[in-house]
Amino acid sequence: MPNFEHPEYPEATLLHLESMVPCRESQVSSLLSVFGKRQHFSFPSIFIYGHTSSGKTYVIQTVLETLELPHLFVNCIECFTSRLLLEEILTQLQNLSSEKKHGSRVPCDTFNDFVRLFKQETITQDLQNQTVYIVLDKAEQLREMEANVLPGFLRLQEFTDRNVTVIFLSEIVWELFRPNTGCLEPFTLYFPDYSIGHLQKILSHYHPPEYSADFYAAYINILLGVFYTVCRDLKELRHLAALNFTKYCEPVVRGEASERDTRRLWKNIESHLKKAMQTVYLREISSSQWEKIQQDDGEPGHLKGLSAHAHVELPYYSKFLLIAAYLASYNPARTDKRFFLKHHGKIKKTNFLKKHEKTSNHLLGPKPFPLDRLLAILYSIVDNKVAPTANIFSQITSLVTLQLLTLVGHDDQLDGPKYKCTVSLDFIRAIARTVNFDIIKYLYDFL
Amino acid sequence: VQKGEKLAHLESQHLGCFVFKPNSKKRRISSTAEGDYFSEGKNDSEDSGLRFATCQLLWKQINSEMEKIQDELNKQLFDNLINFLRQSHSEFQTESTEWMCRMKSSEIPTAALVLGVNVTDHDLTFKSLSEVLQDSITPYVVSLQAKECPGIKHLLQKLMGQLMNCYVDVDDSEEEECVNISQKKMRCSMASLSQWYKDVTKKSGFETSSKKRTSSSRHWQSPPIVVIFKDMESFTTKVLQDFIVISSQHIHEIPLVLIFGIATSPMIIHRLLPHSVSSLLCIELFQSLSCKEHMATVIDKLLLTTQFPFKLSEKVLQVLINIFLYHDFSVQNFIKGFQLSVVEHFYSQPLSVLCCQLQEAKKRINSLSHNQCENIRSLPSFRRYVESQVSEKQIALLTEDNFLKEVTQTLLEDLNSYHENYFPVLRCLHVFTSSLPKYPLGKQIRELHCACLGKRVWETEEYGSAVQLMRMLAKAELVAILQKCVEIFTSSSGKQFSNTIEKMEEFLTRFQNLEVAETNDIQDVSVSSQNELQKKTDLYHLQKTLLELKESKRSKKLTKFEMLRFEVVDFIESLVRSYLTPAEMQTLNEVVYFNTANTLREHLNAAPRIALHTALNNPYCYLKNQTLKSDVGCISNTAPDICIAYKLHLECGRLINLVDWLEAFSTVVTAVEGKDLDSTATDQMDEIIHARFIRAVSELELLGFIKPSKQKTDHVARLTWGGC
Repeated sequence: MPNFEHPEYPEATLLHLESMVPCRESQVSSLLSVFGKRQHFSFPSIFIYGHTSSGKTYVIQTVLETLELPHLFVNCIECFTSRLLLEEILTQLQNLSSEKKHGSRVPCDTFNDFVRLFKQETITQDLQNQTVYIVLDKAEQLREMEANVLPGFLRLQEFTDRNVTVIFLSEIVWELFRPNTGCLEPFTLYFPDYSIGHLQKILSHYHPPEYSADFYAAYINILLGVFYTVCRDLKELRHLAALNFTKYCEPVVRGEASERDTRRLWKNIESHLKKAMQTVYLREISSSQWEKIQQDDGEPGHLKGLSAHAHVELPYYSKFLLIAAYLASYNPARTDKRFFLKHHGKIKKTNFLKKHEKTSNHLLGPKPFPLDRLLAILYSIVDNKVAPTANIFSQITSLVTLQLLTLVGHDDQLDGPKYKCTVSLDFIRAIARTVNFDIIKYLYDFL
Repeated sequence: VQKGEKLAHLESQHLGCFVFKPNSKKRRISSTAEGDYFSEGKNDSEDSGLRFATCQLLWKQINSEMEKIQDELNKQLFDNLINFLRQSHSEFQTESTEWMCRMKSSEIPTAALVLGVNVTDHDLTFKSLSEVLQDSITPYVVSLQAKECPGIKHLLQKLMGQLMNCYVDVDDSEEEECVNISQKKMRCSMASLSQWYKDVTKKSGFETSSKKRTSSSRHWQSPPIVVIFKDMESFTTKVLQDFIVISSQHIHEIPLVLIFGIATSPMIIHRLLPHSVSSLLCIELFQSLSCKEHMATVIDKLLLTTQFPFKLSEKVLQVLINIFLYHDFSVQNFIKGFQLSVVEHFYSQPLSVLCCQLQEAKKRINSLSHNQCENIRSLPSFRRYVESQVSEKQIALLTEDNFLKEVTQTLLEDLNSYHENYFPVLRCLHVFTSSLPKYPLGKQIRELHCACLGKRVWETEEYGSAVQLMRMLAKAELVAILQKCVEIFTSSSGKQFSNTIEKMEEFLTRFQNLEVAETNDIQDVSVSSQNELQKKTDLYHLQKTLLELKESKRSKKLTKFEMLRFEVVDFIESLVRSYLTPAEMQTLNEVVYFNTANTLREHLNAAPRIALHTALNNPYCYLKNQTLKSDVGCISNTAPDICIAYKLHLECGRLINLVDWLEAFSTVVTAVEGKDLDSTATDQMDEIIHARFIRAVSELELLGFIKPSKQKTDHVARLTWGGC
């Protein structure tokens, strides 16, 4: 007995559909009832939202394809201008309506043109009789296009006077879409996150042909035990499952353990999965490298991740420039005297603490500082005399292109440019250590 | 009128940009003018044409050598990258239906290429990289720069533009067709790109089967499209994210490979891309040779060799190395600096005509003009040489050109053999010093080279401590070092080292013999002393012998090993003293050594602020007008107006009151002239002075010293502090 009941479609198709969309039965059945019969007019627009990889795209695609409904799929990130988007829809529509392939691209600049051309394309009887579904994936991009595009799609049915339904797929809620000029409200449908049980069910669904479903399900169970706390992304989990499965099978292949010996298999895989969580999941090392390590049966220790190469080698004066910039960013300008004047007298921290300065500057983040202050600090922290040569100035610019400093305000402001230092305390300490400069002594926060 | 300012401008521009010779191709066009570059007002007796030709030839040799070095250095990195690219899409064609492949998400293969902070060098690396890739992997190599791609649209436009062009490069016959394609306004979307790719690969597939086996056998059926992001740091997050998301949708249709050029550290990838995007990538890390190692190789191959007659003096080398270490880490800039010194040397030194291979130089000596002979006589090093000769020879040297030429020939030979000896001995000494703790003479050979070039190295303190430490080396180390030295000397071309090699090998055999002898010795000593101890049993004698034993330990006689070690060190010292004499002591060193470090510093390490300050503060420096000569600190009224205004503004604080400034200005200007003028003219004068003042002030504003301020009326703000 199928979950879905619909007079329009044969039972076999519905059964097949049900097997294709595990854990999404209720959403699919409400979709089916919204769609109605083929020739029925449906909602003008349907808005489907849910978190990353909650099966939105997959479910819609499967439903439309299994039921053989005329539809077209457009990814809004890929069509980054409204023109590209509209033309893409029209081209796909051409392919739908006629057998002759590769109709020439129709130039379409405005939504008005689009409506006109859309009417022309859907004139054929075939498309007149049934609802055409336009699916706009990653619909949040529509908000960045012209103001009329989103409201236009919402009531496309009305404009074109055709049997058409626009389906929006998005990761954010409808409230963030609603234009302030008002619009036709779509029918919204929420796809909730998969629970751990759902994930278990879906992931075990696609077990490798060589092994039994139970064996793979046990593996998935272990995998989810490790990864569920950090990752609920189905795609990512499936990827990780595929990457580590060979390792899991190893004892079985070698004949050391039977498929049912779960405890032994668990012992074998658990530490391996934990290591995977720290490396390959974070993309510290690539999947292909991870596979290579598994094949060679080596320890991943010798292969350093991306974060291990944090050290940056800089020219001597660039180091001091960066240190000076860091000091200028995190010390209040008033305290420069205290740090860089020889006879500053004994000023205690409490004496010139203002109320708002009691919070750590490091918690507040870097503050902008003018070029002059940077140079003044530079001259006082470098031992030998530094001439203000063109090279020094160009070094400041290179530090900006390296994103170690950022320019505050506009690029074209020539007089009195302001900068911020964007490097972390650890980074600057490592730099300062290489030039034997005790930076902690010069930081107001650590006084 | 304001010459000072203009000159200051000119000066700063002159210092700010370095002009190098144009391509030699262009030069050929006006063959008559060839060499004119160097003659400039001097008569041709100084061989300007020949000097120019020599310079050109020399630089060509150096340049080709440099390219060879660069290729060798990059080879390892490029090979790794090529391997990566080969593997990255190996399964692209073989549509495997395996479970594994279906389950894994298809990531975009990405190479994170860490190149170091010397951004100026990257261009060359990327250029040769894309050439190598085009030769061996794929014709479709695209390099993108952040400034060309402010949006995803521009990025795709650039990408497709470059791809269509590179298709033309592969096959000329299809050029017309391609032009047509690009003329039709291409839709800049990934979809049309994948369509294009399908067409292109299908087409080339046909060709391989029919006739063009050779051209496409280098690449395979579906060559990957390589996209190089030259400066990853400067790309905006949005553009990168969008591009990666879009292309990951099409990865099944186009075999795309990304290369991120990273200057700082690979952490930047995580900073730029969120996890949802970076999980679409399969990132592998590649690291290029560090620029310091690169530099060391360049110096080793370029400067520490007798291959090229041209040499840098200690000070010049120091300037170039300082710019490298302190400012930019750029090997390219170092080479440019080296090129500048080559040009400068041949331009400014008439005798540089002799700066070529020895045989050629000898020939050229014979054809030297009288003027050139005089030039030789006026060289300081040559004068030193003359003074050390007997008086008859002195007269002959100073009067007879022919005799002078003969002597010069032998002197040049001496100079040549000096260099032939210098470098092997330098390397040998470096092997010693680089194994010492704390490196008293520097870790790098270039530091040692500078020390030896500049002064008598054996008189320095550092050398003394180095020798001290050398006398404490362990045997195993010493033997290893000696073996290395033998290798150095045998590989060097000079025949005069056969004795040295023999001597060193003798040392080595003696060290080996020592091993056997020593063990016997030690046993003997210990046995005998113990025997003595056993003999004398009473307390007094025991005490005495113990004391004696102690004494003998303190002023212990040197063991054979220690003796030998002393001998070795002494031998090395003698080598150093005889061969590592400073270059300045060599007669005729001016011919091959470039030593005007100041010119080089002025050109390469320009100080625009200082130049501007000098021009405004001391206009005489540039205008050379006697009336402008003035004492430091006082303001002369003959100076250009802008100078007066500038000097006055130096005395002000951050905000300058314009009225006060004007008054001070008019006081200075009228200081002398105002006295004998009657009162009717003063009004008019004032207006003129007012106008002059306003012009001076606006010129200062143009130069960026002041800007109008809104804080106070009639005030301007100073933009500089302290007047440099």
